[in-house]
Amino acid sequence: MRVVRAVVGTVGELAITAGVLLLLFVVWELGVVGFTTNRAQAATVDTLERQFAQPTPTTPSTPSTSSPTDTPTASPTTSAAVPVPPPGDAFAILRIPRLGASWAKPVYQGVGLDVLAKGIGHYPDTQLPGQVGNAAFAGHRAGHGNPLIDIDTIRPGDAIVVETADTYVIYRADRSEIVPPTDVNVLAPVPDQPGVAPTEAWLTLTSCEPKYGSTNRFIVFAKLDRSVPRAEGLPADVLAAPGGNG
Amino acid sequence: MYAALWRLFPGGRLAKTLQALLLFAVVVAILFIWVFPAVAPHLPFEDVTIEPTTGATS
Repeated sequence: MRVVRAVVGTVGELAITAGVLLLLFVVWELGVVGFTTNRAQAATVDTLERQFAQPTPTTPSTPSTSSPTDTPTASPTTSAAVPVPPPGDAFAILRIPRLGASWAKPVYQGVGLDVLAKGIGHYPDTQLPGQVGNAAFAGHRAGHGNPLIDIDTIRPGDAIVVETADTYVIYRADRSEIVPPTDVNVLAPVPDQPGVAPTEAWLTLTSCEPKYGSTNRFIVFAKLDRSVPRAEGLPADVLAAPGGNG
Repeated sequence: MYAALWRLFPGGRLAKTLQALLLFAVVVAILFIWVFPAVAPHLPFEDVTIEPTTGATS
């Protein structure tokens, strides 16, 4: 009888230990990692903003004081002059007013776990922001600061802004869907229509679904609204928090 | 298991309690600094990308 009691007692203690371990893991992932990640990402966004504010040495054109506003603002850029950022480099800032008026995340080139731990990742095989075709991004839903935890609240028409060194690329959310993790068609130049030649600029955002699982992927598609040169500044109404949930 | 640990600590009830708390803090520190960061990449909710094949972590 005493042996049975000892065994049952030990099993019980092990079960409690396992429970405490899991609880500690949640505290670590959502608390400690979330806190440090959000701080680091805010710092990266600040650094990027400072970099963007200075005239880039790679662009030959002088700051807008001398040149007239001859930059096309309405049409998506097709130029091949845009340099592809090196893997692992932060090259843009993603802003989604629906997720918060001050919601801003650094965008890195690549979608490896090491990259996604730092911010939003850009699928290297997809177009760059603003180009004709599809610029696809991935971000964590839960964990690592929960960047896209509320991706499911994005509604058609919501602004999705990609801020690069010289341009504010403003997309408008078109639709969202839930797909299996292997559905590469969402990354196609025309989303969901593989093989079709693109004439418009799209953006695809991928994260996991359900919120704390990964059996599926939550996808948001957005279409280019307009590109605004940095010199002109971002129109204030774009970042205004969208009202309601409609 | 924990009862044996309790008996192992020297001193009175206060000393034992302090030692237990200290040991817990050390365990938590080891978990937070080394164990959890090593385990996290293998957990399912880390997968957010679209991959042509299943099971590929990225």
